[in-house]
Amino acid sequence: MGLKEKILTKSLWVFHISAGSCNNCDIEILDLLTPRYDVERFGIQLIGSIRHADVLLITGAMNKKSLKRLKKLYTQAPKPCFVVAVGSCTCSQQMFKPSYSMQAPLDEIIPVDLYIPGCPPKPEAIISGIVKLIKKVNR
Amino acid sequence: MKLLFNYLIFPGFLFSLFWGGLGWWVERKLTARFQYRVGPPWYQNFIDILKLFFKEQVIPKDSFKPLFIASPIISFSSVLLVILFITQALFLKESIFQADLLVVFYLLITPSLFTILGGFSSANPLASCGAAREVKLMLSYEFIFVTSLIVVLIKSKGNLSLEGIISLQKSFPFLGSISGFIAFILGLIWLQAKMGLVPFDVSEAEQEIMAGIYIEYGGPLLGFFKLTRALFYFILPLFLILLFWADNLGWHLIYKYLIIILLISVIKNTNPRLRADDIVKFFWFLLFPLGLLAIILAILGF
Repeated sequence: MGLKEKILTKSLWVFHISAGSCNNCDIEILDLLTPRYDVERFGIQLIGSIRHADVLLITGAMNKKSLKRLKKLYTQAPKPCFVVAVGSCTCSQQMFKPSYSMQAPLDEIIPVDLYIPGCPPKPEAIISGIVKLIKKVNR
Repeated sequence: MKLLFNYLIFPGFLFSLFWGGLGWWVERKLTARFQYRVGPPWYQNFIDILKLFFKEQVIPKDSFKPLFIASPIISFSSVLLVILFITQALFLKESIFQADLLVVFYLLITPSLFTILGGFSSANPLASCGAAREVKLMLSYEFIFVTSLIVVLIKSKGNLSLEGIISLQKSFPFLGSISGFIAFILGLIWLQAKMGLVPFDVSEAEQEIMAGIYIEYGGPLLGFFKLTRALFYFILPLFLILLFWADNLGWHLIYKYLIIILLISVIKNTNPRLRADDIVKFFWFLLFPLGLLAIILAILGF
């Protein structure tokens, strides 16, 4: 652990990728920015451009179409960046596993740093997951 | 040696970066409090900028590389020069040469110009959309700022040096007269548009065109743009204070600065984003007649 990681974890800029989710996890992610949870007090910001990203927050089970875009987005993000899978679909494809358009689970495509299961996970669960990620990086 | 100290530490780069980062934090914190949030800690902006310098630099394949790389650095260095001029006048009470007001005016245009060029050279449709909007924005706000500068020049009887403008306001600031007050309001709106804060943030418009001009910038080059922004938070309010409100300097600068930051933050948090054509209409057909009125009043001596 160095100064670099410590600084990185103090200001995580999050890019949100919705890879075919049912919108439930997306709503929970937006909840994090509301006055009740306010993640900006930890320096976490939701940003619009992939070039500014430190964290890729991925929701939804990947289907054929979003998989291509996801790979592209991962290569576009400046490293070091972390990948966080939010929701049961992203972690394990859940009930969509036998579907015709499912390709592979997320961690067989890109390296995943953190899994947050739940359908959808509560905002508290997402915050506690981010804290675990920060502890893991700083160790 | 003394010049280098003045340029890099006080009242140059490090001092102004510290002040600007804190001013930016005050603005962010006020925004958070307006929305009943807690807001970021005081060192957040410094950490953000420092982090960007540790990140990987991605340069898009189709971009025009020399301009893409040069534009953040040029805009940063021109703001640094402006800081040298204005802080010499404010803190050390001396002008570097006569007519430095004009130099400051031109150098303040340079960052916006190079942001536009950087946006166009990054070969991204959203970035060029944002850059085109910024061109329209620039045509309107710089135009208004010229009218408000003319009021200052009439009041200072054609004195173009910053130090002369300060010494003329020793007994009575320009803000106290009617025309000066109107010009100050115009200057405040200029400041809002120049920093790209909310009613005038069409060029970055996070929800519409992602990050607009900055969409392809990441890592150290974005860090230079953020540094420019932090320095803008220092220099633009102080420039406004210098032009209109320079009766008591020294420690009085702090509360004047905070009042201007508060005004910016209130405007930012109580207005929705305007469309690009609405902004041009607002500046040309509403604020320009107001500016003309201020000029006429200033000539008449009010």
